[in-house]
Amino acid sequence: MLYRETGQFRTSYAADQAIFPLRQDRIGLAAIALVAALAVPLLADDFFINTIMIPFLIFALASIGLNLLTGYAGLLSLGTGAFMGVGAYACYKLTTFFPEVNVLLLILLSGFFSAGIGFVFGLPSLRIKGFYLAVATLAAQFFLDWCFNRIGWLYNYNASGAIEVPTREAFGIVLTGPTATPLARYMAVLALVVLMTWLASNLVRGRIGRSWMMVRDMDIAAELMGIRLLRTKLLAFAVSSFYCGVAGAMMVFLWLGAAEASSFGINVSFQVLFMVIIGGLGSLLGSFMGAAFIWILPIVIRAVPATLGLDIGAATVEHVSFMLVGGLIIFILIAEPHGFARLWQVAKQKMRTWPFPY
Amino acid sequence: MGEILYLILIDPFVQMAELPDFFLQVLWEGFVSGILYALIALGFVLIFKASGVFNFAQGIMVVFAALSLVGLYEAGVPAFLALALCVLIMLGLALGVERLVLRPLVNQPDIILFMATIGLTYFLIGLGEFIFGGEPKVMITEELLLPTGSYAWEVMGGLVIFQQIDIAAAVIAVVLMTALGLFFQNTRIGRALRAVADDHQAALSVGISLNQIWAIVWFAAGIVALATGIMWGARSDVSFALQIVALKALPVLVLGGLTSVPGAIVGGLIIGVGEKIGEIYWGSMIGGGIEGWLAYFIALAFLLVRPQGLFGERIIERV
Amino acid sequence: MRLRQALLGAAALAVAAGAPAAPVLADLYVPLLTYRTGAYAGSGIPIADGMHDYLAMLNERDGGIGGVRIAIEECETGYDAQKGVECYESTKGKGALVYNPYSTGITLQLIPKASVDKIPVLSMAYGLSAAAEGETFPWIFNPPDTYWDGASAIIRYIADQEGGLDALKGKKIGYIYLDAGYGREPIPLLEQLAQNYGYELVQYPVPGNQMQNQSSQWLNVRRDRPDYMVMWGWGAMNPTAVKEAAKIRFPMEKFIGVWWAGGDDDARPAGEGAKGYKTLNFHGVGADYGAIQDILEHVVKKGQSKVASPDKVGENLYNRGVMNSVFIAEAIRTAQELTGKKEVDAVDVRRGFENLNITEARLKEIGLEGFMKPLEITCEDHSGHNPVYVQQWNGQRWEPASEWFEPMTDVVRPLLEQAARDYVQANQPWPERAEPCG
Repeated sequence: MLYRETGQFRTSYAADQAIFPLRQDRIGLAAIALVAALAVPLLADDFFINTIMIPFLIFALASIGLNLLTGYAGLLSLGTGAFMGVGAYACYKLTTFFPEVNVLLLILLSGFFSAGIGFVFGLPSLRIKGFYLAVATLAAQFFLDWCFNRIGWLYNYNASGAIEVPTREAFGIVLTGPTATPLARYMAVLALVVLMTWLASNLVRGRIGRSWMMVRDMDIAAELMGIRLLRTKLLAFAVSSFYCGVAGAMMVFLWLGAAEASSFGINVSFQVLFMVIIGGLGSLLGSFMGAAFIWILPIVIRAVPATLGLDIGAATVEHVSFMLVGGLIIFILIAEPHGFARLWQVAKQKMRTWPFPY
Repeated sequence: MGEILYLILIDPFVQMAELPDFFLQVLWEGFVSGILYALIALGFVLIFKASGVFNFAQGIMVVFAALSLVGLYEAGVPAFLALALCVLIMLGLALGVERLVLRPLVNQPDIILFMATIGLTYFLIGLGEFIFGGEPKVMITEELLLPTGSYAWEVMGGLVIFQQIDIAAAVIAVVLMTALGLFFQNTRIGRALRAVADDHQAALSVGISLNQIWAIVWFAAGIVALATGIMWGARSDVSFALQIVALKALPVLVLGGLTSVPGAIVGGLIIGVGEKIGEIYWGSMIGGGIEGWLAYFIALAFLLVRPQGLFGERIIERV
Repeated sequence: MRLRQALLGAAALAVAAGAPAAPVLADLYVPLLTYRTGAYAGSGIPIADGMHDYLAMLNERDGGIGGVRIAIEECETGYDAQKGVECYESTKGKGALVYNPYSTGITLQLIPKASVDKIPVLSMAYGLSAAAEGETFPWIFNPPDTYWDGASAIIRYIADQEGGLDALKGKKIGYIYLDAGYGREPIPLLEQLAQNYGYELVQYPVPGNQMQNQSSQWLNVRRDRPDYMVMWGWGAMNPTAVKEAAKIRFPMEKFIGVWWAGGDDDARPAGEGAKGYKTLNFHGVGADYGAIQDILEHVVKKGQSKVASPDKVGENLYNRGVMNSVFIAEAIRTAQELTGKKEVDAVDVRRGFENLNITEARLKEIGLEGFMKPLEITCEDHSGHNPVYVQQWNGQRWEPASEWFEPMTDVVRPLLEQAARDYVQANQPWPERAEPCG
């Protein structure tokens, strides 16, 4: 009843291929868009925007990037953190050379550098599969980490080896640097994430996305049916790294404000992988849900004792938070191995038949 | 250009020949770290062979085992009793993991199981710090009657120093590996385990209990982790940073092949010696500290030739 | 049904947690960014204990500072820059008076934010060396010494051992460091001094993920045979380095660490082998100070401290934490005197720091006579470039191994000024100092 499709007729091919063919979905999306673009800026305080919304959106974009590779093309990668780093350092160099250019454009451009690096490290994927490939991507992770540390040119020979984001504007508004307001940064992040999610959703429904899924399901069969494996796999690596690179550039420019090599360590790779798995492999919506869960859960856990007035040491809270996060991940994997995206499917089905389930 | 080629192709070998005693020392250090990498990799292999789980938590199990040992000792338990209790703790961990993680997740895709072990890693990090605190601890080397001195061997106009603890590590590793090898080769449980590794369903149908086998391999991996923890702990100290070192076992693992015990050993030695020689003789050319990724590139180079690792089972795909 | 109730409960909890806790306006709110977890916990724990216990002692003994209680809140960063920024964002709204990031990475992220949010950052002898330039960085304070002071002091000490700065010519000095912002910070100065005095600098970076696996670095040391080793290590890197040095039989009295490489737990695990290992220091070690006895009496005995055992009180890094809190407390007290208000805010505390003058007499008053050298911060100089001394591990505890001596301020100062200009150049538009002096 709540989610009734009856009576909604599609009378053209275009209507049939729409991303959201159902009225309820369109209403839901509009509501989310309104909340994200109006309610959050008007009602939320700086802490909420800075600590929850901005990182959540950035990690959601990185998760989409990894999901394209792992969920759609079936290639497991543990190098996400490093690819994000490539984007960040590329953006830093670009803005050093072209300080006048719109910083949002530079953030998008830096994705291409990341895509190039992803392309190179994707080359072994033709021969190596499964966990062997995952370990091979660790080579990218550790090698790039080392580069961020050792190649002084990347951080302009800064004595501390960190990249610090200068003040830059776009459309006359200060977007990066210490003087940028959280609101301006949030709106920039939101705009980029929405744009790139829309692109991704069209990509995975089209020829490219379908060829990725063929490779994922069985690459030999796909090859026999005329899919060029090398091209398809490398394209998956490049597109995925592009997304991760843009997310990395946003992470430093629109969220953290400064970063060192350790900001793009292996922990970030695992964090993003968690988001993808918990959210659901092969689902863009899942990437958002996974990112929300993995990012917000520890923050909530940390805030609980203070809110309840319990005097527990910060360290103990951290230990408990680790245990809870680990335990919950196992629990969710057991309860629903296909992630939140699957839960959402189930919920939709329930709503469809409510109140007369059969 | 010629100079660069000289630096890369010739100079390192000149250095090796000029200081032969130092070269021996490098080989020895590489050998010892190789043994320790191999021990960690062995834990991975045992579990992967029997259950197809890529157990990321092996690294934290090393830390957890060592922490429990030192923690118990500091709480006043005599050293060897603490060691025995630790074995029990690892048994409890194995049973718990089998019951609470593996059994509910049976038949799930590999990546889900892999993720579950990362979840387990987080849980054990939290639990370990919660119980024993985050301070690094000193391994109770002497209390466990492990030697701590060093031998100096004058050879080829120089000095090669052997730490007794490193020798002990090598001996213990060899004993452990032989014992595990014999166990899996000659006992009923060992045969059952190999049957499970070959084919889960076939093993089930001849009456082998998967759950029992899983608990046994996790326990065996726990024992290996305990031994590794003692040895690494004696080399530096017992802290959570050790877990990062355990990541080094991953290239060892893929180099040797995920399912092969000899592969883990050979892989460990190749990586251990290879990265030491690379770091010492070539690393300084590009700024040093290349050990962090060199192991992965060595593994990658081998993989490009043999995608299933040196001793891995050949991957045959059919449409 | 049970699942639904559980979910509702969880949702309610989440909503409750999301609501920000009410700011405690009546108190002096001092958030402490600490780390008791992770790979650097070994160094982080004693410092966190020291910082917390001194402030808690002021609350117990004096009822706070100037009669106003201090609200102490620890926030766990795990030495991770992301979590550090999260801690900053979540506490700054509650009226934080000053931040102590205890991580060079987090400090670098807070430096640009400090002047915008108008909250001072106290990075006590770590962070950006150039921040000592008060004219450029009015909100950042790094007393009593910068890393560059430390590096120059070590070189001066080595020169003294060898019989003068001229004797450095032709010597080989090895520098082993954590390959991160922290360890790289002193390199420009060490290179500059190498040019000035003609010694050869050999660098041994230790990547963060190889902290406990340093045998390659030390093999290289064995081959290169440097005359002295200088170390910039932190966390699990330190005990491993000391062990490895002992293993290759490097003469320990020629192995000198910066003040952060001098934890008791850094030297102790190497046992006999660590005997002779030296580090810099700028404060006293041990519990034989009035204030520290007060901590034992008012805080530790009452079970309000998190120290594992009372004999941890007085260890080197514990006392470092105490010193950090002395600076905080004295800055707040100075701010109270300057403004005449009891409940000062972050802007006043910045003034307090800038007018901080801890004299011998004042040290005696607060029960820390001989604990440290007097410290005076001015508008131009946010560091003080204070004297330091070298301490040596005797197998049980740290013992002084030299007199107090000055770092090479004359070399350091021009470099600091240049570095500050470079920083401003790279971070245009950098705000001009708008805060009046005094």
